[in-house]
Amino acid sequence: MSETSSPSQPSSTGTPEVARFPIVPADIDASCRIPLVVLFLSASVWLVIGSAFALVASLKFHAPGFLADSAWLTYGRVRPAGFNCVLYGFCIPAGLGVALWLLARLGRTRLALPGLATVGALCWNFGVAAGVWGILAGGSTGFENLEMPPYSARLVFLGYLMIVVWAALTFHQRRERQLFVSQWYLLAALFWFPWIYSTANLLLLTVRVRGMAQAVIAWWYADNLLVVWLGLVGLAAVFYFVPKLTGRELHSRYLALMTFWMLVLFGSWGGIPESAPVPAWMPVSSAVARGLGVIGILAVALNVHATLAGQCSRLMAHPSLRFIGFGVVAFIIGGLMSAAGALSEVTRVTQFTWFTVARDLLNYYGFFAMVMFGAVYCIVPRVMGIEFPSAKLVRAHFWVAAAGILLLVVPLAAGGIVQGLRLQHASLPFNDITQGTLPFLRVSTIGDLLIALGHLMFLGNLAGLVSRFYRIRAVSAWAAATVEIKPAETRP
Amino acid sequence: MNYGPLVFLAAFFALASSWCGFVLTPQLQIGRLQQTNTVGGAGIAYPIARPGLAHQGLDVYRANGCAYCHSQQVGQTGTVLDIALTDAGTNQATTVAALLKLAESATNQPSALTMLPSFQPGSSNAITESILGGLPKAFFRSTTREAANAAAKALNSTSAKVQLWVVPVGPDITRGWGGRRTVAEDYLFDTPVMPGSQRVGPDLANVGTRLPDANWHLLHLYAPRLEVKASTMPPYRFLFEKRKIGRRPSPGALSLSGNLAPGPGYEIVPRPEAKALTAYLISLHADAPLFDAPISVLAPAGAPASTNAPAVPGAASTNAPPTNAPAK
Repeated sequence: MSETSSPSQPSSTGTPEVARFPIVPADIDASCRIPLVVLFLSASVWLVIGSAFALVASLKFHAPGFLADSAWLTYGRVRPAGFNCVLYGFCIPAGLGVALWLLARLGRTRLALPGLATVGALCWNFGVAAGVWGILAGGSTGFENLEMPPYSARLVFLGYLMIVVWAALTFHQRRERQLFVSQWYLLAALFWFPWIYSTANLLLLTVRVRGMAQAVIAWWYADNLLVVWLGLVGLAAVFYFVPKLTGRELHSRYLALMTFWMLVLFGSWGGIPESAPVPAWMPVSSAVARGLGVIGILAVALNVHATLAGQCSRLMAHPSLRFIGFGVVAFIIGGLMSAAGALSEVTRVTQFTWFTVARDLLNYYGFFAMVMFGAVYCIVPRVMGIEFPSAKLVRAHFWVAAAGILLLVVPLAAGGIVQGLRLQHASLPFNDITQGTLPFLRVSTIGDLLIALGHLMFLGNLAGLVSRFYRIRAVSAWAAATVEIKPAETRP
Repeated sequence: MNYGPLVFLAAFFALASSWCGFVLTPQLQIGRLQQTNTVGGAGIAYPIARPGLAHQGLDVYRANGCAYCHSQQVGQTGTVLDIALTDAGTNQATTVAALLKLAESATNQPSALTMLPSFQPGSSNAITESILGGLPKAFFRSTTREAANAAAKALNSTSAKVQLWVVPVGPDITRGWGGRRTVAEDYLFDTPVMPGSQRVGPDLANVGTRLPDANWHLLHLYAPRLEVKASTMPPYRFLFEKRKIGRRPSPGALSLSGNLAPGPGYEIVPRPEAKALTAYLISLHADAPLFDAPISVLAPAGAPASTNAPAVPGAASTNAPPTNAPAK
């Protein structure tokens, strides 16, 4: 295994094929343009819709009667609809877009059949739209993180397969045979989702296993999606962009390999909560797996820190790096929060409280979404060949998003700990405990508001760039068209 | 790891192991659970499938996402044994003396044996009164089986008759959310199973035992603060219908007053969804004594006073870690 650890430098061992048909990065970027625009733009629209739903759900803790008289907007429907918009509408498509681009760039090859990947992206988005509609209409499946009804799940699955088959083909026809770290992560992630999604849908919604086995499978699915899939794709982007944008080599391929193994081996076992009414070996193995997962998380911290040569100020150099740096910190904190769940003394307090929600939100918004923002801010200008309309808005987005995440996660985590400690005292009336969490929840509404604002900025900037790109194209096409019909030019 | 197939194999191996662990094995172990029998006393089949209306109510519960605020899992931190007197015997004086002696050892060794509030160690007269106040009654609580056996032996040497009651303990139990921890059997006939992950509202695993009144639930769904002061639950008025009173008021109409009253000539009637949801909530009981989750249930009054054997065969597993044994 040779040590080519920087994605920024072309390997000296180029095959003769590469020399004969040189593909310049601009070619690769251009081949990704349409699927990436569709994926990123739709993802950012879902993100705005999702954060609007989250805001509505959060406002219900200020006044329980808020929008309560409409069945479609009751808390128990708005909340899963919001989470599904963020998870299936934003996280996975954005991750797939980044994966397509990384696989093409790292393989030094054009994206295979971009047209079909675009159809896949559209299919996925129709599926998510049908699913969110279904949840609001009361068709939720009742399994957390798998709420979208079966009819939409089929579309989503088909869309994913269409994207992933072409991603795999792109990987297969790569001209750079040397694999970079990110490619392992992406390859595993691409393969991961179809397996877990089909298992969950088949056994929970089609064939339907009996009793508590349903809940176990649902926990297994959620953990594999939220920890393993998001972790693999997010870290693939981190390990690519941090060396690339700082112009340094990734510190250690072997540490990254260790993180990979820890994530796929132990991350996939961590789903069963301690309280679960199932045979004791299940929550115990999950606790052990969560505890061992710490090693992988620490390896990420060490690897990124060493890549930056200990100077975290390097992260401020590039606007994309700020987002990614924030994402890495959130990944480490979130990972430690869930590793703390390996201790039964801790889970006894944190289970059933807002603490677990805070941990999940830190994973979605703090880690994955931030890394994806950084990647999108870096990829899209290259793919489109023009810069973002407002660099100031990118910087503002970072600060708004960072403040929003802090104001969302910190109050929820603190409120959750207070709630959990008080739940241990049976003498305290239950309703007082819930009342006691309200101040924390109300502060977190500000976080939700800021996050929604940040998402609007992101959407505005991205839509602005795309529309400017097509305006430039339209203008030049118009110019070309009008030039031809000039009588002076046509006459000899 | 420089070959695509190798990465693929690594991912395949990792995911396959986790799939076998948390999909295949749970299906073999708990996915094939069958109805079991309760232990101790009746030995009736458990669980019983929910009646039709309650079954429809599960769908209302699912559609409106009740599980995002309400868990349906009770936890327990352990079990203890209560030493209960079922019969004071013919010679009450010796029984009282033995009880006083036990009280003495309880004060000396509070880690093994504690007195329950029902027992006032004072004069022997007070004890006699509390015995006469009605039996069976638990007087002592022990955390170990040895201490419980020793105490039972001490009392048995008089003419009194003693039972050991298995009592699960923990904050959830003390709060009245259930008699014992929930186990996989409790969810056997529910689809989907919604154990919940948050306690914004109270646990509902035994809400049917706790609040068996359908009218309470209907009023609570319509206007939560009517029944629970300062409740944070949103009202579910879309499950109800406001309609003109016909020839006479509908029997199911809610009795509302003040500013909640629908106005003269109108009434608030629960829609079928509300009735189904209420039926489901009332059907929630997860408190039958099972082999892997023992709990003593008092024999119905008039049943023959039992022997000195522990009340529940499953009591033998007290303080043992939760068993993994699937139901027989």
